[in-house]
Amino acid sequence: MTVAPPAPAPARRHRPPDPRAHLSHRLAERGIDRTLWLLLPGVVFLVALFIYPLAYGLGLSFQPLKSTDPLYNYKQFFTDHLQRDTIGTTLRISLPAALVNVIASVPIAYRMRGRMRGKRFITTMLVIPITLGTVLTADGMLKFFDPAGGWFNKTLFALHIRTPDQPVLLINNYWGVVISLIISGFPFAFLLILSYLSGIDPSLDAAASTLGASPRRRFWQITFPLLAPGLAITFCLTFVLAFSVFPSAYLVGNPTSTTRVISIAAYEARSVETNDSKASTIALIMAVIELLVISVVLFGRGRLYRGSTGGKG
Amino acid sequence: MSDRRFDHLRLEQVRRRFGDKVVLDDLNLQIAGGEFVALLGPSGCGKSTALNCLAGLLPLSGGSIWLDQRRVDTQPPEKRGFGMVFQNYALFPHMSVRRNVGFGLAMRGTGRQETRRRVDEALRLVQLTPYADRLPGQLSGGQQQRVAIARAIVIEPPLVLMDEPLSNLDAALRLDMRTEIRRLHQSLGLTTIYVTHDQEEALSLADRLVVLREGVVQQVGTPEELYRSPVNPYVASFMGYRNLLPMTVTGRNGDEATVHGFGIELTGMARGRFDTGPATVAVRPEDFVVGVEPANPQNHIRIAVEVVEYHGREQAIQARLPEGEVLRLRSSNRVSRGDTVSAWVRHDHVLVFGEQLDGPPVEVAAGPSAGVAANDSAPSTAGAPS
Repeated sequence: MTVAPPAPAPARRHRPPDPRAHLSHRLAERGIDRTLWLLLPGVVFLVALFIYPLAYGLGLSFQPLKSTDPLYNYKQFFTDHLQRDTIGTTLRISLPAALVNVIASVPIAYRMRGRMRGKRFITTMLVIPITLGTVLTADGMLKFFDPAGGWFNKTLFALHIRTPDQPVLLINNYWGVVISLIISGFPFAFLLILSYLSGIDPSLDAAASTLGASPRRRFWQITFPLLAPGLAITFCLTFVLAFSVFPSAYLVGNPTSTTRVISIAAYEARSVETNDSKASTIALIMAVIELLVISVVLFGRGRLYRGSTGGKG
Repeated sequence: MSDRRFDHLRLEQVRRRFGDKVVLDDLNLQIAGGEFVALLGPSGCGKSTALNCLAGLLPLSGGSIWLDQRRVDTQPPEKRGFGMVFQNYALFPHMSVRRNVGFGLAMRGTGRQETRRRVDEALRLVQLTPYADRLPGQLSGGQQQRVAIARAIVIEPPLVLMDEPLSNLDAALRLDMRTEIRRLHQSLGLTTIYVTHDQEEALSLADRLVVLREGVVQQVGTPEELYRSPVNPYVASFMGYRNLLPMTVTGRNGDEATVHGFGIELTGMARGRFDTGPATVAVRPEDFVVGVEPANPQNHIRIAVEVVEYHGREQAIQARLPEGEVLRLRSSNRVSRGDTVSAWVRHDHVLVFGEQLDGPPVEVAAGPSAGVAANDSAPSTAGAPS
């Protein structure tokens, strides 16, 4: 900073040097410095690809094609049971799928949390479904679970568990979509939970064991409470993935009835009826329901211990 | 479940391998009930492995562990009933101090009132009563360590295992906690096995010391025995002999041996059977008398002072022998860098071992806590042979 100019000759009012720190120091104290520029790319993308489309869609949803009532689309959605029921259908598919993904991941991740022979191999095997993509998975399922020629039913017939006139139907129905969502959602859940579990200091488990806790009590009293916030987050993420299910609902589901999920309704409004306004409305309702579920889960999470878990984080 | 009192804990040929590496090689040790035993050694010497094997956190590769007639090494940790204090405390972060301390009692199904009474008692012992309802994250390191100790002793275990419990604390706190651990041991009489790399901690706390090196016991004895007569250069390096010089024995006369090297001649106490040949000569820095001409010319040397550190009453001096080797000394007589001064040492303060110290000597723990054994914190490690 430059030196303050000498006081004017008749030093009637002597100004003492400002006791406050320099402006740049005070700004830095409040977190304002040049590293803020690092946020720029993210902010640009957020505005261009999320906030603008959201605002646009929101505006569109209040401009129905067939009415002057801005709320017409919303009223239509909730009065038409074909539309309204898609909420229940979607929740019936996505909630169990998300729950299964989380619950199935925990024991596997728990067993694999430490050093273990073949860990890399097993992790790779479990994660491969991520790379397949929904369509390939669906195609595989259609072949595998085929009621007549699929290996699954063939095996059941061979073992005399089922007869060919009573195959187990796991495609083109509710179960097909749920299975598909578990195949594609499980790797995410597993990887997330594995990293949460690795963040829990293993010496806590050791300490509990020297204090007399059996493996079961160590899990429920030490590991689980520390893991629960991570499980909540994992549940939210897999739920959102499952809630917006579209391809598998078509490919391995029954898209006209039991798996007519909300995204199908939105798609039909856009492509079949060419009603962008209605499609936007459905998309927004979808978002609000997701937010509601996530809020409930995160509210519950807020009541848990969320501090350090002692590990490498 | 477990008997609090026992006569002897026996480790019989306890062995532990990690892959091909033998970390603990046929450890035989008998510990009497009520004893405080320190396992001393640098990192990687197998001391923590031994403790984890005792706790049941690591399976043995061979051997057995007995508590009187009860074989414990085949039991899982939760059945052994030993208390353990971890280096990083391992407090349950989501439980209050009270619940942490009461955890072991809860696992034993102790009644509510009994639990409350014993937890209160344990918290009082470690002076944490006002903090009973806090979470561990709200406590300082020293307080957390006291919670960890309370948690281990509240179950009144037959054996308390401590794995470097003070190494994460700052120097002043370490001294306080050391006294506290000593006090607890004296008032409760719990058999304790204490793992440390800090010789001062081991000397001040333990009734008996076990010095380990690469999984092999080097010496077992009271602090006094080890401090006065280390059996080899390795143990000596742990007991404050920071000068370990490779010299040559030129004469042996009963208990005394004369050695040459680096342009000096020293006479010292022979340790082991040898007449001539290579030897390691061990002298503590504080056993030198610097800057005073001795009446007796024996063990009188001249040294060039290179580094002087002010330590209050004393100076830590790093000097060079006529033929180059670095020597560490302590002196209350002031010397300055560049001086050439005389120094001498009593012959019974010089130990001559008939073996070379293979590998570098033990790194001495830095900081004030290295006080008793190595009161010298000169910048580099001892310039001994490798």
